[in-house]
Amino acid sequence: MSQEQEKNYLENGEGFASWFFTVDHKRIGIMYLWAIGVFFIIAAIASFLVRFEHLTPGQTIISAHTYNVLFTLHGSMMVFLFIVPGVAASFGNFLIPLMIGAKDVIFPKLNLYSFWLYLFGAAVFMIALAAPADTGWTFYTPYSIESGANVILITFGIFILGFSSILTGINFIVTMHKLRAPGMTWDRLPLFCWAAYATSLLQVLATPVVGITLLLLIGERYFGLGFFDPARGGDPVLFQHFFWFYSHPAVYIMILPAMGIISEVMPVFSRKPIFGYKAIAYASLAIALISFLVWGHHMFVSGQSKLINVIFSVITYAVAVPTAIKVFNWLWTLYKGSIELSTAMLYSLAFIFLFTIGGLTGLFLGALAADVHLHDTYFVVAHMHYVMIGGTVFGFFAALHFWYPKMWGRMFDEFKAKIAFVLIFIGFNVIFFPQFILGTLGMPRRYFNYAPEFQSLHQLSTYGTWIGAAGFILMLWTLMRPLPGKAPGNPYRSLSLEWSMDSPPGTFNFDEIPTITEPVYNYGTKIEEES
Amino acid sequence: MGFFDVTSKVLKSIAYPSEMVPSIDTEDDGHHHFDHETEHSGAKLGMWLFLATELLLFGGLFAAYAIYRAKYPDMFQHGSQNLNVVLGTVNTVILIFSSLTVAIAVKAIQENRIKLVKIMLWITIICAAIFAVNKYFEYSYKFNLGIFPGTDIFYSIYFAATGVHMLHVFIGMAVLGVLLRKVYKGKYSKDNYTAIEIGGLYWHLVDLIWIYLFPLLYLVG
Amino acid sequence: MDNHGSYKSLINIWILLMFLTVVTVGAAQFDFGVWNVPIALIVASVKAGVVALHFMHLKHEDGLTWVFASYPLFLLFLLIAFTVTDMFSRVVN
Repeated sequence: MSQEQEKNYLENGEGFASWFFTVDHKRIGIMYLWAIGVFFIIAAIASFLVRFEHLTPGQTIISAHTYNVLFTLHGSMMVFLFIVPGVAASFGNFLIPLMIGAKDVIFPKLNLYSFWLYLFGAAVFMIALAAPADTGWTFYTPYSIESGANVILITFGIFILGFSSILTGINFIVTMHKLRAPGMTWDRLPLFCWAAYATSLLQVLATPVVGITLLLLIGERYFGLGFFDPARGGDPVLFQHFFWFYSHPAVYIMILPAMGIISEVMPVFSRKPIFGYKAIAYASLAIALISFLVWGHHMFVSGQSKLINVIFSVITYAVAVPTAIKVFNWLWTLYKGSIELSTAMLYSLAFIFLFTIGGLTGLFLGALAADVHLHDTYFVVAHMHYVMIGGTVFGFFAALHFWYPKMWGRMFDEFKAKIAFVLIFIGFNVIFFPQFILGTLGMPRRYFNYAPEFQSLHQLSTYGTWIGAAGFILMLWTLMRPLPGKAPGNPYRSLSLEWSMDSPPGTFNFDEIPTITEPVYNYGTKIEEES
Repeated sequence: MGFFDVTSKVLKSIAYPSEMVPSIDTEDDGHHHFDHETEHSGAKLGMWLFLATELLLFGGLFAAYAIYRAKYPDMFQHGSQNLNVVLGTVNTVILIFSSLTVAIAVKAIQENRIKLVKIMLWITIICAAIFAVNKYFEYSYKFNLGIFPGTDIFYSIYFAATGVHMLHVFIGMAVLGVLLRKVYKGKYSKDNYTAIEIGGLYWHLVDLIWIYLFPLLYLVG
Repeated sequence: MDNHGSYKSLINIWILLMFLTVVTVGAAQFDFGVWNVPIALIVASVKAGVVALHFMHLKHEDGLTWVFASYPLFLLFLLIAFTVTDMFSRVVN
């Protein structure tokens, strides 16, 4: 490192102010990481309690109202405080300038403001917990209008969080257009960046619609506007249209960055170039574009017309195609590769398996006739958690392990981390696979009580939470207690730019901006041997 | 750092972002790591993206309008006729004129004509204020007649759409005000005018939205 | 570039917009039946286009800006088209 970068980014500046007022994208990414980690744990505890309650039908440890509050809290906190901002804001912020060969994002101060907005939105959200919402994270009318809870406060908090997402998205898009290193053409951009770009498009274009939806909800509660109230000539289904116009693209905001992570990890630990780079890049864009066309598949039984039902169902089948292309490409990357089962690789392989299950079960739900039976049952709950946990969270954990040396300059105990992985994997499947069965047997979601014949499956699912929690605690414990000694610059012999400098990087990333002459995934080829 | 220290520092840094310089922020001219052309084109692209989000925000309101107008044509016709077309037209003229003045301000700073920039920005802000006052009169008149948001769907749309638009007028006034203050401080020149250009773009959007709202609300039937 | 010409062109654009505003209000005095809404929207869109192209300099911007400026319009169209289709294709038994 040069004179001005003797200190790495973690050491350069100490004390609260140097972090809270930083414009270094790496520090901002780390702050996001801690923040989303805290909210993830709180929301996970809420779900832990929900599952505990389901050990017996009727009341076990909490009242019905508390139950409604807890699943609303779990859903809304996980969605709006962890998973939508989460992977993009934490790893995206940390990695994108490093991967494209830039010294920072193009709007560093705006980046900091995005983080402050995130905190502000989170604070409003938490204040709303004084009279917590019990509407479900989807805030459907009419109940969200009638409920005595702090609906206005919590939706306003989410509105502010939306602003944070939009500004981050704008930052990433313009950064990738304007600050790529010389020679880094679009076809040499790492796939994580392609994924972040597609995610940012969705953040920018979809979030405003939920913004106006929540504003209209607040207007309805406060002024009695009547858009969603049949007694005043309005239509409650219109709320659902507006809400899902955002929330369907939102689920792709949730998964695309995780897919980007998998695309980075797979070639490194197969020592092979990624198969079908262009296909994966274009598939990310295709997912972003098509995702706007399918929102009605959340509303098949809401009362919307048959015509629109058919239209949405048909297009829903189309959106599965680019995702499937990616899955096949990742698998083909493994073929004849030299595979190293590091912890990050284990999470990535698990991602492919679990996400595929989640994705395929989505197709069941996309079929109108099947959805009539499965809508609002545990089948949907299982589907969404397979894609969000089996998909996004596993991808997120892969990233935590893969870029750990780069972020912290230390190595962790791979053995313990792998034990944690096994516990998390088993725990996750024990929680959610029985829920597919519960759903097909007819167990509705968000129900406090249930018929006795469902009890054994419910109990099995709850036992899974204990196994998963043990694994998660072990994972955290392992990551918090790194091995002694400094990490090498590039312990996994990765060829992408973020590994080309010391671990951790200096504040300004590169002493000199590099010039790129090769594609990024040249593993196992002559070029790698020569370098 | 105490809570109030942090809060005041946050507020100051938002009002005067270029003066907030943590020690690790900059390395060369006190601003950025890259050249002026990149900064300029990047800022414009970023603002256009932000305008896209504003378009989609209002989009929900336009969608609600489309649906309910198609459902209740008579209510919309009746409600529209009760709106003050004269005031609406005056407001339209004022906003379009303010778009002209801000466009002139952008051209003026590109030629270092600082005095012209100041005059134009003042006129723009005053136009915005007149717009706000007009709307205040319009709203008060309706309230005095017992017409509020929620009276019926047409008025709900009217108040929601013009209300959200009015919020953007206020934000625009604040942005232009900050820019004007900095012009007085000598911060901008023909080599550094990006902020005025993108502030102008934001103001044009406020005008654009009104160009659609006016006929859809005031001129039905 | 001639300075006067450019300020002048801005003012000319403004005059055009004033004329179109007169057209907007004038056209509203007549009843064109089902064409009322399309005509109002077309006139408004011409005005909006003029503001965007000339005042906002979209005419001189690169292709990327054009994409980012126009794609949201498509999404808006989608939102309105699909929700309106739903509202008006429901069959009440």
